[in-house]
Amino acid sequence: MPDTNDRDIAVLGAGMHQWGKWGRNFVEYGLVAARAALADAGVDHRDVGYIAGADTIRNGYPGFVSGATFAQALGWSGARISSSYAACASGAQAIANARAQILAGLTDVALVVGADAAPKGFFQPVGGERRDDPDWLRFHLLGATNPIYFALYARRRMALHGATLDDFAAVKVKNAKHGLNNPYARYRKEVSAEEVAASAVVSDPLRLLDICATSDGGAALVLTSMEYARRHGIADPVRVRALSTVTPTFPKTVLDLPDFATDSAVAVEPPPRTFRSAIAHAAYEEAGIGPADLSFAEVYDLSTALELDWYEDIGLCETGGAEDLLRSGATTLGGRVPVNPSGGLSCFGEAIPAQAIAQICELTWQLRGRAEGRQVDDALAGIAVNQGLFGHGSAIIATR
Amino acid sequence: MAEWFTAEDGAVRLVGSRCDTCGTPYFPRNTLACRNPQCASPKDGSELAEYLFSTRGRIWSYADARYKPPPPYVSSDPFEPYVVAAVELEVEQMVILGQVVRGFTVDDLAVGMPVELALGVLYEDEEAEHTVWMWRPVDA
Ligand SMILES: [Zn+2]
Repeated sequence: MPDTNDRDIAVLGAGMHQWGKWGRNFVEYGLVAARAALADAGVDHRDVGYIAGADTIRNGYPGFVSGATFAQALGWSGARISSSYAACASGAQAIANARAQILAGLTDVALVVGADAAPKGFFQPVGGERRDDPDWLRFHLLGATNPIYFALYARRRMALHGATLDDFAAVKVKNAKHGLNNPYARYRKEVSAEEVAASAVVSDPLRLLDICATSDGGAALVLTSMEYARRHGIADPVRVRALSTVTPTFPKTVLDLPDFATDSAVAVEPPPRTFRSAIAHAAYEEAGIGPADLSFAEVYDLSTALELDWYEDIGLCETGGAEDLLRSGATTLGGRVPVNPSGGLSCFGEAIPAQAIAQICELTWQLRGRAEGRQVDDALAGIAVNQGLFGHGSAIIATR
Repeated sequence: MAEWFTAEDGAVRLVGSRCDTCGTPYFPRNTLACRNPQCASPKDGSELAEYLFSTRGRIWSYADARYKPPPPYVSSDPFEPYVVAAVELEVEQMVILGQVVRGFTVDDLAVGMPVELALGVLYEDEEAEHTVWMWRPVDA
């Protein structure tokens, strides 16, 4: 693979607040993560030229303006800021903003922070009677919670590709094992296939242990120009090689949250790639590497079954090949291309604006060879992918 | 949400809109502008006319809800699980979600099964019985 390109930026610092149900304000989680990332980078926060916050809309006004909220908590320093909301891709949008500032030469050092304090149970739409909001309407008219959509994808895999409940359980067993030694994970406990099967059905065919929980948590990164990293004495930092936030292409023929319907394919043939695979494809193009170059991947396992969809979307195997890939052990630590060595959402749960940032923390630790207890052998390149509401998603490729 | 469907003389139809220029149908109704980026219509909404969808399709996938969802869903008391199906319409070449009429469970359904549009009671309150479109399995 090519060594470098002129769009690389360095990841100098990564930090997290442990995921869980801590019952505290999201600002605290973000502050802990930011201080950890700054300490990891050896950068004083007054030297940060740009602060990018990932917004959390359920946390009211400070959550909507997270850039300023975290900047204030760190101590106003006169840095430029931004606040980004893009559902599960919020963190990636914040990273994208920071990267653009660095590549444009507007700043050398950027701090990216995301944190959340999520309520227990099903995610709910924004309150009030919102009859012009598709997210409100899908609950009101259909009772279509997020797990319903996850279960629709799961059933489709079963019908088309012969996925079984045992396959779904095997994803949970794998990710639970991966997360055992991750100090930032919320759940650090082995799970057996029997336990998955015995857990309550939430939305048939998915059980409670197939679906990721909601959580509190925070994550942060210190990103710099390659030149700054060298000046800072780090000749060969982990680098972000590509960052894709592409939208779907019309017609989008896969139903996504919170859609009532897909686009019609009457007038235009569906694009060659589905939305999720297009996100990853754009990142591969930008990085100049392909799926075969990956050492590992962090994918958005909102459900166990969805992890299998991602295997195909990021090109680890052909469409319909995910079950065989899983069963071969290739995606387990020690296998050819471990998936979710961090434990994934399965062990973390969703802390929405922090999630994409947390994925890059894991990429960084893996690529440094410092992911103790869950280290991917000889990790050279990793991809992190996610998808949120309304056509937002991201793919980020990092290498060392 | 009466404007999303009609039910006259027992004939239930989803009401959306369709672009006169490229033929793309939309559900729910789109009145802003045709969203097909290749379409040469004026894209000021004048190209969009009311459209009644075909009433039969095949199940793309299906799932049920075993736990009471949060508001604004109005749950029965006691809560009764319900089934949601994503249905492919051949004419419109698109997938539309709907609940499945009461009385069917996931055990009664299969991907590819033919269904037709029906009217169902979403919830009742003091004022009225609130109806919504639902999918009902039919013989092929
Ligand atoms: Zn058109």
